Amino acid sequence: MVDITLRVNGETRTGSTEARKTLADFLRDDLELTGTHVGCEHGVCGACTVIVDDRPVRSCLMLAVQAAGSEVATIEGLATDGGLNPLQQAMWDSHSFQCGFCTPGFVMQATAFLRKHPDADEQQLREALSGNICRCTGYQSIIDGVLLAAERNRER
Amino acid sequence: MKLPPFDYEAPETAAEAIELLAEHEDEASVLAGGQSLIPLLALRLARPTVLIDINGVPELAGISAVDGWLAIGATTREYVAEDSPAVADTVPLLAAALPFIGHEAIRSRGTIGGSLAHGDPAAELPAVARALDAELVVRSRSGERVIPVADWFDGYLTTARRPDELLVEVRFPAARQGTGTSFLEVARRHGDFAIVGLATSLTLSDGKISDARLAFAGMSDVPVRATEAESVLIGERPSAELFDEAAGRAIADIDPPSDLHGSPEYRKKVAATLARRGLRAAVDRAASAN
Repeated sequence: MVDITLRVNGETRTGSTEARKTLADFLRDDLELTGTHVGCEHGVCGACTVIVDDRPVRSCLMLAVQAAGSEVATIEGLATDGGLNPLQQAMWDSHSFQCGFCTPGFVMQATAFLRKHPDADEQQLREALSGNICRCTGYQSIIDGVLLAAERNRER
Repeated sequence: MKLPPFDYEAPETAAEAIELLAEHEDEASVLAGGQSLIPLLALRLARPTVLIDINGVPELAGISAVDGWLAIGATTREYVAEDSPAVADTVPLLAAALPFIGHEAIRSRGTIGGSLAHGDPAAELPAVARALDAELVVRSRSGERVIPVADWFDGYLTTARRPDELLVEVRFPAARQGTGTSFLEVARRHGDFAIVGLATSLTLSDGKISDARLAFAGMSDVPVRATEAESVLIGERPSAELFDEAAGRAIADIDPPSDLHGSPEYRKKVAATLARRGLRAAVDRAASAN
């Protein structure tokens, strides 16, 4: 067992974990942050996407022990005061999800991407989200929601 | 699936990592980016006794220009290389290939050395290294070896690295004046492994091709240099007919694998098409570089 300390959504968190536990499972089981979802557990679906030290990362492809000392942002950290942040609101308004399983991964990937590319066009956005799989929506409503968020952000 | 149990070591220096490899040899796996190794562990296709995590060894990361070469530390993240002006300026073929590696999240963690140490013949960096005659620097208790990439890839996921050796650096030659490059890939989705990928580099001198490199990903159990195609190009002026001939030569002696993504016939057809397109793109860039 390895003791680790890291910051998650702005708070310092500690834990004691087997080295073989992934960051995804540590977030879900040890920190009870179950918003991060495990889909394929081998890095191809994107449902487990979180942000580590400002970079989007597949949390199923990182050991929890490797996140020691890092800043991790999960889906739970986006909204404040129990509401929805602007990206989440725009996706809500665009019906960007059905079952919701892929949604946190898409939201975190979009969050990381829009921070660096706030003026991305649809093609760039499609490419940026191409590593996340959705089985329900057919993707168009997800793209619409993220584009709407970017547009609203520009209008602000 | 969940990873199998292993002993975990997190050395803080390259020397410590090397001591651990000397002790455990092929019972140990080296963990760098983990974007290839962790899936293998999760699918339980690998069951090392010891995992040596080298992410805490700062001396293994970094990019520096040395004597006409670009030296890239083995644990340099793919996204760092992608954003690096030094890479874009001196090894444009590497800069062209990097965005094809998986997706952004993969490149957040994946490393230049890791991809080359893993040795997947469908991956982008092995083809780039093979095209450019890169050099791999490994270190063990007995010292350093510099291995030319032509001697590095032994077979599917098999390299010349001995079990007690650590890959510490990869060296790419700086592109010469008048060089144009192209990286092309056909995959089911952008970001998937290449069904066929092609790294191309052409150098023009006085309107004639003075240097030509073509290396395929996904056409064999190792990245493949299309040497027959290259020899047809050297000394000639670029033309569509020349590129057609080169494309034909490129696929003549290759025996690509058959899998659920494509038959050998399909892969050959894609390879020939990529060769024509890659040569055209490289020559256009070489011409504008001149």
